[in-house]
Amino acid sequence: MKTLVKKISPWIGYLLLLLLLPQFFDSVLAVSIFNQMAIAIVFALSYNMLLGQGGMLSFGHAVYFGLGGFLAVHALILIEFETLTFSIIYIPLVGGLFGLLAALFIGSFSTRKAGTVFAMISLGVGELIAASSLIFVSFFGGEAGVSGDRTYGPPFFGVEFFQNIEIYYLAAAWVFIATLFMYLFTQTPAGRMANAVRDNPERAEFIGYSARWVRFISFAAAGFFAGVAGGLFALNYEFITEENLNAVTSGRVLLMAYIGGLGYFIGPIIGAVVLTLMNSLLSNYTELWMLYLGILFVLTVMFLPRGFAGFIMMHQLAWTRGKLKSLALPYVKTGVPATVFLAICVALIELSHVEGEALHYLGLELSQDSGLTWALLLIAATAAFIATRKTLPQLRNAWIEANHMEDSSGEADP
Amino acid sequence: MTVLSLRNVHKNFGETSIIRGVDLDIHEGEKHAIIGPNGAGKSTLFHLISGRYHVSSGTILYKDEEIQNKTPYEINRLGLARSFQVTNIFPRLNVFENIRCALLWSHGYAYSFWQLLGRQQALNDNAMEVLQQIGLENRANYPAGELAYAQQRALELGIAVASGADLIMLDEPVAGMSHSEAEKAVQLIRKITQGKTLIMVEHDMNIVFDVADKISVLVYGEIIASDSPENIRGNARVQEAYLGEVVSGA
Repeated sequence: MKTLVKKISPWIGYLLLLLLLPQFFDSVLAVSIFNQMAIAIVFALSYNMLLGQGGMLSFGHAVYFGLGGFLAVHALILIEFETLTFSIIYIPLVGGLFGLLAALFIGSFSTRKAGTVFAMISLGVGELIAASSLIFVSFFGGEAGVSGDRTYGPPFFGVEFFQNIEIYYLAAAWVFIATLFMYLFTQTPAGRMANAVRDNPERAEFIGYSARWVRFISFAAAGFFAGVAGGLFALNYEFITEENLNAVTSGRVLLMAYIGGLGYFIGPIIGAVVLTLMNSLLSNYTELWMLYLGILFVLTVMFLPRGFAGFIMMHQLAWTRGKLKSLALPYVKTGVPATVFLAICVALIELSHVEGEALHYLGLELSQDSGLTWALLLIAATAAFIATRKTLPQLRNAWIEANHMEDSSGEADP
Repeated sequence: MTVLSLRNVHKNFGETSIIRGVDLDIHEGEKHAIIGPNGAGKSTLFHLISGRYHVSSGTILYKDEEIQNKTPYEINRLGLARSFQVTNIFPRLNVFENIRCALLWSHGYAYSFWQLLGRQQALNDNAMEVLQQIGLENRANYPAGELAYAQQRALELGIAVASGADLIMLDEPVAGMSHSEAEKAVQLIRKITQGKTLIMVEHDMNIVFDVADKISVLVYGEIIASDSPENIRGNARVQEAYLGEVVSGA
């Protein structure tokens, strides 16, 4: 009973969070961001079925997202013209089934090998589909894409989905279901063998499993859920273009999963939330947000190879020993100069980018033409950098202290 | 009864002949050691039987079925399991998961994505039993890659025997172990291969003569003798080719 509660409570929390979010943030912008997050969460989780759980590095996962989305828009059009009559709440399932179909076909040859071969095939297939989207105009609609209208079709308990908030609750339901099923997949024989094949495909073959079949099943499932995300995209935006299945979208989902943390189920969710926020909020403040995204990715790869989720989980041991408090002060001591350093770096980047006029930054007015401003910023950056470096050993020691094994009972050999 | 039978098996890598016409019969319940100098082709022979390599010519029969062109997983499903000379485990999975994965196929789960592992009582109990057998029950939640070397070797054995295969092939199971570790490992091998057929490649002659009831000597890709341990000791050709110096040195 206790374990059941422990198992279910995160899911109830997740559901409540999904349902209550619009109660706290109900602006048009917030709801639109939540809808983007919902789509990104499903997409990023589906990507992690490949990379994090199955060891397949794909550069073309947007293909299944986009194809699912395109078919979903076509389904919307068919509903509009009454060729089909079903509620649009099932549209993500339509997208998912088409994503699955595409993945079954492409996976039949691409999952033969993992590693470089798989990555190159995924890249090639991605380019192929993106190119054909401009050739097969009747399905892909050329550069303009295709658009539909979600407000036709039989209402769902009186809801006709005119408003974004209605789409949000629909998306939230789908996100919850999709997350749950993707999690459950990791707990099945096929899901666990995907981990085994990721770790050691050769040994998997000597315990009775074809590594290729194991990869194929994960690949098909990932295609299905990417298609579900594409269907949610179609419902939210009511149009879709070639951009949604090309390499840029494939790259973005890779970034989300990686920054969030590949090794943890929750990682891609964190990554999807962070990147959606950066995408929609940061872009209001600066044209250079893509640069910062790139920097964030590089810093993550270098310093947090297990992503944000990995960083959080690093503190588990200290937490269970009640030693998290001893880390707080060292974190502040290093964190403050580090933040100052990064802030000044941003000021330098923005100052070099701003054209002619003064840069308004954190309540300051900085002039590009003033040599003094540049000199002061550089000096401050150097000082902050040195302060960060000086305090880093303290943080490291505090870290070792907090994780140090006092009782060796856990480590002793039997 | 003959379980495994090799008939005129050849293996070439390009111009180089590694296995040059091996005939070998393994009988049910036998503890069969394959010995020979470095480069004789012992590991290659293992790879041929277990399906990692395909033969250049010749046949391999397992329970009267030809297996020489089958894939490793097909051969494994017939009841033939092996371990590796270099530890070959699933490093990021924990110890329990390593064993449970090795059990999945023989428990009939195949590629199921509709059953939850946590609810498979018989499977999970069986995995714990295997862990107890190999003495890793209190390491169940450790990532396999973080185990000590001897423990990884024990896990390697566990993965090989977990599936309940009838024929177990161990490739240098005690390589790199200290004397006391090796002794423990030998006891473990005895325990877990009880009632099964064992084929073993091993360099440590004490262990070979301790465990095996039949020994085949492979020299330059050919079996020059296949007999009981006593007769192998007395065999002049074996002495000359390989054994004499090792035995006197040991």
